[in-house]
Amino acid sequence: MSELTLDASQLNVRAQRKPRSLRLGVWLAGTFLLLLIVAALAPQLFAHSDPLAIVPRDAFHAPGWGHWFGTDQSGRDIFSRVIYGTRQSLLIGLAATALAMGIAIVLGLTGGLGGRRTDRGVGWVLEILFAFPSLVLALLFVAIFGSGIGPLIIATGLGSAPGYARMVRGQVLAVRNSGYIEAARALGHPPLRIIGRQLLPNAMRPLIVTLTMGVGQAIVWASALSFLGLGAPPPAPEWGTMLSMGRDFVANAWWLTFFPGLFIVLTTLSTTVVGRYLQQRLEGRLS
Amino acid sequence: MSSATLGNPLLNPPRHQRLKHLARRASLRLAGGILVLWAVATLTFFALRLMPGDPVLAILGGPSGNPTAETIAEATREYGLDKPLAVQYGLYLVRLVQGDLGVSYSQHLPVTRVLAEQSGPTLELTITALLLAWLMVLALTVLTAGRRRWLGRLASLAETVAAALPHFWLGILLLAVFAFGLRLFPPAGSDGWRTLVLPSVALAIPLAGFIAQVTRESLELTLEQPFVLTARTRGLSDFAVRFRHALRHAVLPGISLSGWAIGSLISGAVVIEVIFSRKGLGRQLYQAVQAQDLPLTIGISLVVAAVYVLANILIDLLYLWVDPRQQEAQA
Repeated sequence: MSELTLDASQLNVRAQRKPRSLRLGVWLAGTFLLLLIVAALAPQLFAHSDPLAIVPRDAFHAPGWGHWFGTDQSGRDIFSRVIYGTRQSLLIGLAATALAMGIAIVLGLTGGLGGRRTDRGVGWVLEILFAFPSLVLALLFVAIFGSGIGPLIIATGLGSAPGYARMVRGQVLAVRNSGYIEAARALGHPPLRIIGRQLLPNAMRPLIVTLTMGVGQAIVWASALSFLGLGAPPPAPEWGTMLSMGRDFVANAWWLTFFPGLFIVLTTLSTTVVGRYLQQRLEGRLS
Repeated sequence: MSSATLGNPLLNPPRHQRLKHLARRASLRLAGGILVLWAVATLTFFALRLMPGDPVLAILGGPSGNPTAETIAEATREYGLDKPLAVQYGLYLVRLVQGDLGVSYSQHLPVTRVLAEQSGPTLELTITALLLAWLMVLALTVLTAGRRRWLGRLASLAETVAAALPHFWLGILLLAVFAFGLRLFPPAGSDGWRTLVLPSVALAIPLAGFIAQVTRESLELTLEQPFVLTARTRGLSDFAVRFRHALRHAVLPGISLSGWAIGSLISGAVVIEVIFSRKGLGRQLYQAVQAQDLPLTIGISLVVAAVYVLANILIDLLYLWVDPRQQEAQA
């Protein structure tokens, strides 16, 4: 998404001015992300009950000692559902970001390295993609290819690709005229090798930060789609789907929607904080 | 910015020249915008034709409608679906230029009429949210930037958290607390200002978080500029320095972010309108996509794209107006 372009350039300022702020935040965010990754790999470490087990007599328990996050309308434990949902939500976020970046690199390289006409063409494609707000694009995509995890990932990836593509293109344009590229060309390296060894790594470095934050954003968009009923089908423990199911009971069972949403927020928040920290480190090394 | 450019008449053109420049730029952008709209119409048209499911069945009330072969043949002819795809596309474009967007399959009303009815509430919602967001941004940044450290940190923490809140979650929480819990606002509907409060707050808070982060950075930088010191030595109050001198510089990145904000607001409006059962383009799009209503889906996509294009032209001009240095750089 295009806000990231601005964020990146603006946040440089923060990095220079407050080098040691956010320390505690970084620790907390890093720990949370680590725990999430562990939960995604081995959910049984945290949650002992089956996320799909139906216990009708335990329906709508408020959060308490027995069920930390309460239970839903079928007596399923929300805590273990949230924990088991981590894998799917993280995977969706990562896959969508990777896809978006793939598209962005192809478009950005074509635009940045092709001639002026090609660059114009890529500019147009981006302009057109931008005219579809991400959710509208995703809705259209899901309409054509049906709902489910696969289309959800592709739709989210497509929605965020134009923003990344614009950044990649800018980076490629900035890097391509630098001294070391000229040197590599003077040494007679073949173009593909220059792209792979010099151009891409240097152009991508500032994007690492954006990607970290992008995973969080992708999780939010994907859960928005799941929330609209276009993602994983209902009994599945996926954060967006859980929110969508809990919506019907929001008047008397707030915990059904509160906890899955809280995890989405904490994940996004953590990726943002960690992303900023990485940025500080990278820029510190560069200057 | 540098003192050399200030006295140079060549680089400081008179007002009418500035306006002329703005007008030329606007018309160029408009021409480009029309091309973008054509591309959007074409893409949506062909994309939705790839959709599984027969459009005729969608017209006749979905697969459960169980129409006879004769009704199907009749509807196929009536909606021109028996012609080759290229002809259908050509006809569609001709009608589009004439301002005719066809008839909605699911509502059996002219699409233009549905659009006219539904645009109002969405526009109301998004504009209220945008204004509310900027109000929060100004209150949060102008009053706290460059003050005591803990205050600034607290505000910037609030901004980071706000930016991480998803619309839909915020919407549900607001619904649970203020509509069902405290019963202060109606939980659904789209009549009267009271129904507008919760949805627009849900849209505005995350947006304000994003814009405020950027604005704070630039405001803090601006407050260290020499011209701010000059203003202070002239005896201006802190309040005046912040609002009359520093703000104009500080809002620039926020303004260029507003272009992105329009897109994000429209995306958000889809979810928020569904949650609060509000009338509007977002919910209509959601329903049209599910009902495979081709003309309505294209119609809404076109309106959304047109708003995006127009808003970006306006923002571009606003940027030049707030910061005349940009024009000199381009001239």
